[in-house]
Amino acid sequence: MSDPLLAVGGLRTHFFTRAGVVRAVEDVSFDVARGEVLALVGESGSGKSMTGYSIMGLIDSPGRIVDGTIRFEGRDLAALSPEAMRQLRGSRIAMIFQDPMMTLNPVLRIDTQMIEAVLAHSKMSRALALERARAALVRVGIPSPDERLRGYPHQFSGGMRQRVAIAIALLNDPDLIIADEPTTALDVTIQGQILFEMQKLSRETGAALLWITHDLSVVAGLADRICVMYAGRVVEQGTALDVLGAPRHPYTRGLLDSVPGNATAHARLKQIPGMTPSLLELPPGCPFRSRCAYAAANCDLNPELRPIGGESHAVRCFYPLPATTT
Amino acid sequence: MTIPGDRVVNPASARGDAPLLELKNIAKRFVRPLDVAQRMANWVGASQREEVVHAVDAVNIHIREREVVGLVGESGCGKSTLGRVAVGLLEPSIGERFWRGASLAALAPAAAREQQLKMQMIFQDPYASLNPRRRVVDIVGEAPVAHGMIGMRQQVEYVGLQLNRVGLDPTLMRRFPHQFSGGQRARIGIARALAVKPEFLVCDESIAALDVSIQAQVLNLFMDLRSALNLTYLFISHDLRVVRHISDRVVIMYLGRVVESGPAAELFATPNHPYTQALLAEVGSVEPKKRKFTPIRGEIPSPLAPPSGCHFHPRCPHAMAQCREIVPALEEIAPGRFSACLLNVGGSTA
Repeated sequence: MSDPLLAVGGLRTHFFTRAGVVRAVEDVSFDVARGEVLALVGESGSGKSMTGYSIMGLIDSPGRIVDGTIRFEGRDLAALSPEAMRQLRGSRIAMIFQDPMMTLNPVLRIDTQMIEAVLAHSKMSRALALERARAALVRVGIPSPDERLRGYPHQFSGGMRQRVAIAIALLNDPDLIIADEPTTALDVTIQGQILFEMQKLSRETGAALLWITHDLSVVAGLADRICVMYAGRVVEQGTALDVLGAPRHPYTRGLLDSVPGNATAHARLKQIPGMTPSLLELPPGCPFRSRCAYAAANCDLNPELRPIGGESHAVRCFYPLPATTT
Repeated sequence: MTIPGDRVVNPASARGDAPLLELKNIAKRFVRPLDVAQRMANWVGASQREEVVHAVDAVNIHIREREVVGLVGESGCGKSTLGRVAVGLLEPSIGERFWRGASLAALAPAAAREQQLKMQMIFQDPYASLNPRRRVVDIVGEAPVAHGMIGMRQQVEYVGLQLNRVGLDPTLMRRFPHQFSGGQRARIGIARALAVKPEFLVCDESIAALDVSIQAQVLNLFMDLRSALNLTYLFISHDLRVVRHISDRVVIMYLGRVVESGPAAELFATPNHPYTQALLAEVGSVEPKKRKFTPIRGEIPSPLAPPSGCHFHPRCPHAMAQCREIVPALEEIAPGRFSACLLNVGGSTA
């Protein structure tokens, strides 16, 4: 494989709160190749969103990237000046948030916001910028774009707003799009429409997609590769086929078993006992061991993410499950 | 009885075939009255009308004893409104509710209060539905004391039993809601509903706000409680996988109307209504297979101005000219299965 588009290595993002240090992201490494869809999957508090924010340089005090490298086309993003980072953000790397109102300004018309995003990164006339904005709206499937451009965000439905947010992300033809739970707040039929657009766009534009989600069923149909995160760490990564078809980490297995629909109706679901640990008082060792059925004495040592079987399949566990499952 | 999952025949349901709860021809309208400016405009000859939302429109549902009925629909389809009408939190604009065959509207106030205890609701948001300034022992123990089911002295012991039943440590009962995680709060909400010994529970998106691994725990708890306490559920959710897992029978709503209903296994195997088919096509699976997403067109129209005829016709791939004019009735298409689509009447099924 040639140089990856994005290479994250040993990323650690910590929050220094009054109550103590929250290790939100703890030693996360992954690559994203051009045109690839990589999914970061995890429950709330697993550090998946903070990983995305770290790449975008959106970590605010009391948070700080304390260690690790984020290389985008070989350049270290952490070493860039704020000005250079701003040039990159919104043009080469774009982000779509869970709540589209985080992207949109409620008191500005859509055309104003979109033209602003274009002109911030390239020199051209307003008329040309408007034309580009219109084309972006057409690309995400918004009907009557000329009318919609003159509207305010509150005049759009949730699904339409998310489309506008996606259109804004696409304005400057980014190489990498980070999507943080973009379909979670939407109805299923609207979610299907957005996924359809995103799948089409990543194919057409060749942009790489980093898809952050808690929903395994979205990822199953969309992603090339998957990183499963737990308590700030990547516990398993590999191709979608490997991770979902033959999971080796007990947490991944438990997560898959928790989804109803695999089990027969009315049967008890195989649940993971307990709850996600607080990142504040995380004991040393494997963070999953208090909920794990296979935990043994040496699990209070920290396991490394190590390769197992197939291509790029890796798991952070001393006692990975046997390969023949499902 | 041939309902799957209903292995134990209850003596009470064998007594008569009246369902536990029946909603007959229920409609719920929300009206926004004209403001001063609009009324004055009407004086001088303008024709401003009140805005009326038909949240629920002529819905008939019956829920048999020990049955789990899943109510599915997208946001704005009226499923939560129907749930609130079913449990008695909202008065229906039209229609009547029957409990074991007896009308609930005809009850004297004292009897109605007594009756109301048998129906409880578990809300969606485990954060907003618990009073942040009260301790768990008060949240769970208030209603049974107020209704004279237990004395004040027994409250602590009684709440302990309730918390045990939902899998919470009773020693935590002096704590406040903010000291619990989302999953634990959902359990507190369930304990509160169960504390007055209900027979019928409306669960309105009760697990939607929880993480996947916690969802599975709470779903298991619902199923355990059902068999332990002979409970009947109306389970409202937008998540078809959850509904398929827990329900005996499923009701699908679209813009205030029931479009299809039937036994869960059959409905999921062979959906009849085009809307149900579209919904089911969107259900993801966790099989690692690249999927081509094929969405249905358009969005849910505003319930303020629903389309004429069949509400679904602007998005329906099989829409015909007459779909714009005729409101399809809910017809029995197979034993126990109902669907409201003109394709069934015309003979050509998709």
